[in-house]
Amino acid sequence: MPHSTVTDAVVPSSPAEEDSVLPDAPLQALDYVKADENKTERGDSMSKAPYADIKVEDLFNDGDDEDNDEFLSSAAVEAKLESSPPAAPLPLAPLANFTDPEVMLAFYQRLFPFRYLFQWLNHSMKPSNDFGHREFAFTLQNDAYLRYQSFPTGDLLRKDILRLNPSRFEIGPVYTANPRDRKTLRKSTAFRPIAKELVFDIDLTDYDEIRTCCDKANICHKCWSFITMAIKVVDTALREDFGFEHIMWVYSGRRGAHAWISDRRARDMDDQKRKALAGYLELIKGGAQSGKKVNVKRPLHPHLARSLDILKDHFQRDILEDQDPWAEPEKAERLLQLLPDKALNDALRKKWDSAPGRSSTSKWADIDAVAKSGASKTVDGKALLEAKQDIVLEYTYPRLDVEVSKKQIHLLKSPFVIHPKTGRVCVPIDTRRLAKFDPLDVPTVTELLGEIDEYDGRGLREEGEGKSTQDYEKTSLKPFVEYFRTYVAGLLRDEKGIKREREDDDAMEF
Amino acid sequence: MIRQDYNRIDPKRRSRLDHKKKQFAIPTYKQQDYPHRLNLYETPPTAEITLEQFEQWAIDRLRILAELEACSFRNKTPPETAAHITPLLQKWLPLHSNSSSSAGAQDEALKLERQKDHYSHFILRLAFSSTEDLRRRFARIEAALFKLRFQFDDARERQAFVESLQLDWEVVAEEEKRTLAADLVNATPGLRKQEVEDGGWFKVDFETVPELVETRRVFLKRGKAYVPVREQMSMVLAGFNERLDKGLQLAARALPRLDEDDRLTPILNHLSKNFATPDSTLSDSDSAIPGAPINAASIDALSQHFPLCMRNLHMNLRKNSHLKHFGRLQYTLFLKGIGLTLEDCLIFWRQAFKLITDDTFNKEYRYNVRHAYGDVGGDATRRGRGYSPFSCQKILTEHPPGSGESHGCPYRHFSGDNLTTLLQTTGINDRDVLKGVKEDVEKKRYHIACNRVFDFTHAAEIKKAKDEGSWSAGDNETLVHPNTYFKKSFMLANGAKLGRTDEMEM
Ligand SMILES: [Zn+2]
Repeated sequence: MPHSTVTDAVVPSSPAEEDSVLPDAPLQALDYVKADENKTERGDSMSKAPYADIKVEDLFNDGDDEDNDEFLSSAAVEAKLESSPPAAPLPLAPLANFTDPEVMLAFYQRLFPFRYLFQWLNHSMKPSNDFGHREFAFTLQNDAYLRYQSFPTGDLLRKDILRLNPSRFEIGPVYTANPRDRKTLRKSTAFRPIAKELVFDIDLTDYDEIRTCCDKANICHKCWSFITMAIKVVDTALREDFGFEHIMWVYSGRRGAHAWISDRRARDMDDQKRKALAGYLELIKGGAQSGKKVNVKRPLHPHLARSLDILKDHFQRDILEDQDPWAEPEKAERLLQLLPDKALNDALRKKWDSAPGRSSTSKWADIDAVAKSGASKTVDGKALLEAKQDIVLEYTYPRLDVEVSKKQIHLLKSPFVIHPKTGRVCVPIDTRRLAKFDPLDVPTVTELLGEIDEYDGRGLREEGEGKSTQDYEKTSLKPFVEYFRTYVAGLLRDEKGIKREREDDDAMEF
Repeated sequence: MIRQDYNRIDPKRRSRLDHKKKQFAIPTYKQQDYPHRLNLYETPPTAEITLEQFEQWAIDRLRILAELEACSFRNKTPPETAAHITPLLQKWLPLHSNSSSSAGAQDEALKLERQKDHYSHFILRLAFSSTEDLRRRFARIEAALFKLRFQFDDARERQAFVESLQLDWEVVAEEEKRTLAADLVNATPGLRKQEVEDGGWFKVDFETVPELVETRRVFLKRGKAYVPVREQMSMVLAGFNERLDKGLQLAARALPRLDEDDRLTPILNHLSKNFATPDSTLSDSDSAIPGAPINAASIDALSQHFPLCMRNLHMNLRKNSHLKHFGRLQYTLFLKGIGLTLEDCLIFWRQAFKLITDDTFNKEYRYNVRHAYGDVGGDATRRGRGYSPFSCQKILTEHPPGSGESHGCPYRHFSGDNLTTLLQTTGINDRDVLKGVKEDVEKKRYHIACNRVFDFTHAAEIKKAKDEGSWSAGDNETLVHPNTYFKKSFMLANGAKLGRTDEMEM
């Protein structure tokens, strides 16, 4: 058996069971906890785990997506098979299911970059409260949820993760005191969050009304371009407008991306400031039935003008050509609703009725052509231009789940954990090569373990060369870990100067 | 005396206690002068005041804060709020500009006003620092008060105040302004190109102006917000909020030290408790109405003017010909408050308790009524007036009703359905009002629910009073006492005939 170094694995509920249960209702989450308490009574190996109170709000804390799924649709299964062909030559690894706890444990033990994760959250090599007072929350294999875990060092985090083997874990804020001590503090005011990375969450489900290629949990290259556009716009604004430099984008494992901003100034923002920043970036408001979703004043704010500039080309290619959102007459009606001139709309409708199946690209071009032809006496060129700009924004501007960004206390899934439904690793996205990032090509945990076995099986031991090869270097996870390492090194370099300043500051406070 | 106590909350003093913190300036205790009307409350008070001032100033400020909060609960617009609060500020917490006196800031009366404003802020800061919820509410309302005053300040004095703050604002150089002109115009709504060129611009950290950032009304570049002079208020307000938040945290940490002081702690506790429902001590002029036909026979008719708690007691009394102890006490004191004489009150109860004999009444009930009126029992000083009628706060917080008891506050002690039924029995069927009450109650804003009902049931009369000009500033105050509820209701219906007393000293 490959990667069998782990022997004392905790036995969880069976993976089959997990798929048959609807994971979205809070009540069931509570049931899991109950089941778990029973287990504790029976005195199994997890009985020492400190089970945190479950608060209803915590159950909604997850910024990620799987909670929204009703079930794993057959289409999703297909997509998965399509995108992860059983290419590995070794027979054992592809057979193993990624929800197998042993697979998970082997991943933590051999591949998870704990060292860089520690440095990233600690902002220094030397252990500090930035890490020690940081909340982690574990989701165990039986779906029990443990909040307020904390660890003095990255090694101790690793040790506990190997002991509990969570199916995933989340990262929360740095608190005024060690989260494990929160109940012993005399006053509740003594325990409160003081810092956290500013985070963003973008998920394709928020694009369902405008994406035609897939729906729900499914994604393809066409709709991933929505995420690409969103990253470009948000990343640019964060850098140019807010002056942030340490921004890491992370694939959420299925159909979205998270951003983590580690600049000291971002980490120190209180909720009011986070809300302000989220409001600045938020544009698309209202649900499917709310009519016009973009209502912006003119002149356009420089941030919106610049975003429009970034998005224009994507609109032509990724929206008009790939999504073709107004091909059918009913859908074209939606486009007409967003245009300001009735006579022009009548002329367009007439034209499109006589040419069924006319593409969105042509229809978009028709708007200006028909307007110029004088078919409408009332058309106002400026209003039409503005309406068209609004349409471009409605179909391309990032749709953020801003609630995640507004609260310091919000927990967000850690980079490099495994997405429980796809088995893919939540890898960082190198924004310098953003267009090249392919979510369907992101390695799954089983592939990675297969790659280790394959590498080791080849017997390529460079003995005598001194430095032994790390496991991640044997796999396709290598570029992602290296990107992370370089990114973290940059953060630590900048932080050094700041830390010195901060120590001076602290001396002034009491 | 108090000065010593007060120093306990002066965070700077702690630096003297801790040898590690020597770098702090030793505070100098001196009478502060107040060159500006407005205050960011950065320096804690250091001069002596009397215990009476301590309490009275705090209570006066609390009235204003409670009214301001009620305005926001009742969704009043900023102009409505200003119209509501301005006369109350004149009454309880006036703050005149330098130009109002020939002596300017040297005027002793102005100094005293400013001292009261300064001290009362710090007393309440301490009283409301104990829990996160109180701190948040306090900070929110204080910010609203500051904003209100800032807006209505004399323009020149406001400018002088702002300049005195020495906030971290960098002036945008002419050349940069020219380079960024297009962005500045586009990012700042309602600004003409000419203004961009002529007006002053500041560069501040974007965190300083969260309101402008959130609504995308400011140009941002690499973490700096480019703010035109006219947006100063937003920045000053942010500065105010930031300082207050920090100050409250410090006060919370200083609070345990006060436990030793047995004189201040009860006052502070009382103040913070009062914040939920402002208490009022009632004077006769607040409740009794000279010349009104109030006697044992008129209570049925008058009960249309009673607040829901008393109405409920009255209806239960009529239904069951009986009320249990706390119900009798609450109701008797209320009746005493509206001006029912002891004799009439005894007649009222005797007639109401139809199912018992005179003998039983005399033995078991008569004494209690007399006691409530101060006719018997207690010590001599107390006996003068007996007990005071219960305020909303007392009814809300003490002796919740048990089974078979009808006292308490229906907004608080009734289930949602029963409350709706009760309101409907009193003739309130308006869906919006019932919904509003439900929301108030869910948010534990019981007195707001009661005031909502009052406003609804008296809408026509209030409008008439306003049209006739017989509506005074004091009439705007949120009702926090059943007897003021009665008086206001009764006066609205009969006021013109009765020759109202405008001096409502509370
Ligand atoms: Zn797709």
